[in-house]
Amino acid sequence: MTINSLLQITFYLLLLLLLAWPLGLYMARIYTAALPRPLSWLHPLEKGFYRLCGIRADEEMSWQRYAHAVLAFNLLGLLLLYALQRLQLTLPFNPQAMANLPPDQSFNVAVSFATNTNWQNYGGESTLSYLVQMAGLTVQNFLSAATGMAIMAALMRAFTRREAAAIGNFWVDMVRSTLYLLLPLSLLLALTLVSQGVIQNFSPYQNGQLLQALAYEEPQNGPDGQPLKDEKGDAVTEHKITREQSIAMGPVASQVAIKQLGTNGGGFFNTNSAHPLENPTPLTNLLEMLAILLIPAAFCIAFGRFIGDTRQGVAILAAMTLVFLSLLLLCQWAEQSGNPLLQRLGLQTTASEQAPGGNMEGKELRFGIVNSTLWATATTAASNGSVNAMHDSFTPLGGLVPMWLMQLGEVIFGGVGSGLYGMIVFALVAVFVAGLMIGRTPEYLGKKIEAFEIKMAAVAVLTPCFATLIGTAIAVVSTSGLAGIANPGIHGFSEILYAFSSAGNNNGSAFGGLSVNTPFYNFLLGLAMLLARYWVIIPVLAIAGSLAGKKIIPVSAGTLPTHTPLFVLLLIGTVVVVGALTFLPALALGPIVEQVRMFNS
Amino acid sequence: MLKELKPALLMLTLMTLLTGALYPALVTALAHWLFPWQAAGSLLTVKGEVVGSELVGQSFSEPRYFWGRPSATAPMSHNGAASAATNLGPLNPTLTETIRARMQTLQESDPGQSAPIPVDLVTSSASGLDPHISVAAALWQLPRVARTRGLSEQTVLHLLQQHTQERTWGILGERRVNVLTLNLALDQRTQP
Repeated sequence: MTINSLLQITFYLLLLLLLAWPLGLYMARIYTAALPRPLSWLHPLEKGFYRLCGIRADEEMSWQRYAHAVLAFNLLGLLLLYALQRLQLTLPFNPQAMANLPPDQSFNVAVSFATNTNWQNYGGESTLSYLVQMAGLTVQNFLSAATGMAIMAALMRAFTRREAAAIGNFWVDMVRSTLYLLLPLSLLLALTLVSQGVIQNFSPYQNGQLLQALAYEEPQNGPDGQPLKDEKGDAVTEHKITREQSIAMGPVASQVAIKQLGTNGGGFFNTNSAHPLENPTPLTNLLEMLAILLIPAAFCIAFGRFIGDTRQGVAILAAMTLVFLSLLLLCQWAEQSGNPLLQRLGLQTTASEQAPGGNMEGKELRFGIVNSTLWATATTAASNGSVNAMHDSFTPLGGLVPMWLMQLGEVIFGGVGSGLYGMIVFALVAVFVAGLMIGRTPEYLGKKIEAFEIKMAAVAVLTPCFATLIGTAIAVVSTSGLAGIANPGIHGFSEILYAFSSAGNNNGSAFGGLSVNTPFYNFLLGLAMLLARYWVIIPVLAIAGSLAGKKIIPVSAGTLPTHTPLFVLLLIGTVVVVGALTFLPALALGPIVEQVRMFNS
Repeated sequence: MLKELKPALLMLTLMTLLTGALYPALVTALAHWLFPWQAAGSLLTVKGEVVGSELVGQSFSEPRYFWGRPSATAPMSHNGAASAATNLGPLNPTLTETIRARMQTLQESDPGQSAPIPVDLVTSSASGLDPHISVAAALWQLPRVARTRGLSEQTVLHLLQQHTQERTWGILGERRVNVLTLNLALDQRTQP
């Protein structure tokens, strides 16, 4: 730990919490009738939307109908994105003439973006047209985020209702999330990013004259379009010299802004926010990192404010921040300590004012170790999944941190909306466990927690674990699964475990060495994403419906307070114990044993 | 669910127009008005010819240039149209072998340089397009560049300092040297 690293972490966390407070208070008002003043001029637009769609904004929905609306809306979004990819060559805004995507890849991308996972099985600048990036990916970035926020809005509304049959109107919650929060913040962020050098244009790729001519080997393709191989099985190449560098272009800033704010994470470019045109300076990096956790953190405050007891939101935020900080320090220590195998070669790996040192493989210099690990921890604590460094090249312990944060169920901040509703599910489990221990009927925020809620909570907690572990198990026993591995030995297992942890918790980051653009992985990971998204959403909406129908019990001497440090510890304990019990055996086979081998090598 | 399909379809259409067409168009228009150079890729020109982007690294291997960080892009290194990383795991033997080979190349380029090589100069970047190296990595190469170009080390050091970027507000990010702009400045100085 250098002094500068502690300064950067403190600065980031302080700024995050300072911004989350006012934004949370603002957000609480979006979901009530009283609109915040500065954006009330957008109200006619909102009403126009409802009129055009034939929606009655004052019509409330039961939880079942709310779920139907979510599913119908997400399904159509998924189909639209699928169609755009399959037809991109015949559609406009494709200056590089990108070919149509095959069905399995399009399916995976469509599922991935509709479920707010944003797993990348495509290489942005070498696969997708500007139209798909804008009208496909950017739109789903907004809508999947708004979907998560709407569900959280319904859940917090349920806590305030007494014996009610309805939990709100999905269309209203979704439109308001987009119009009053995601769009204005994205616009602001996008322009700030452009000022720093993030590109925003529709030009074809630019060519620059290189200072020094560059020799390279170009792989040759046979008449069937497949790479040619010689008798030994090596690729046939042709020696070439180029004096030009082609530089990718596109409407990047507008997409990056919402990709960060909506905890989406699917990059415009193949290397995501490590790409200098997507994240050019330490300042853009700070803003993009803030954007990852801003709305999830603010939602805690909004929740507290909405239910009329801010302390409840602060308690949840405190639990999230504590877990985040501990794992961040572990990750940073591991990466700054570096790779002993490289140190033995005689390299200079100590951090100083002249160089970042540490494990710099797969990291960008402007971010160094501090910002790479801060980002890795934030992006996996939230279900963002964008990266500014390659997690596959992290040290084993450094890579364990992002992997485990995903496996905790994306509740340490988590996705926009989805992180908080996931955490509230854990809070229900925590009060249930506490209730068993002290022999009282469990209740949370005045609502009695009974068998139905706990059953639904169990489904919501266990589905992602199931998707992660069963998916990994299938992949490691099948030839198609093993074929994708890039790194030999234990690390290959970690790559697969990471992939399913990511898809099975709707994160989207990857150990990028694994070749996942195959029918096997496209299908299996797509399935994991669908399970993890909708089999959490449906039980959460069922819980909301059930809670809305209950009375609110006044606080008494028998109530377990849920805003105290004791409850914060209980909540952390519940999350960590479930995460550790479920995943420790798998982690022991991967990163843990790899770390031991690294120390012993 | 069928009952919700009609409003869902209409809503998706409206939202696609708003967030997929209007919003990016508005950002593009404002970006071109406020920050035209940045929005177009921070392109550098010499005598009216584009020589690359200030933000995108290029490949250098001649001794008269400062070298950037290794790049894993295909088919050529620093391919600005297809960013990529090695994704080599920490215990992968290929990683150690590749790095040993790079160290050897560097050492052969300046056998007199006895200081240990900074790790960032031989490890490949995340994007394959990293425009920067650490100050230590630049200082390591300085004697070679000065000697090859027949410049004094003082002169090159002066240029190097001009192309060193400090941490933002003294806190954020890392101190770094932009390899492309430094090499452009060197070329300007030594070519008539």
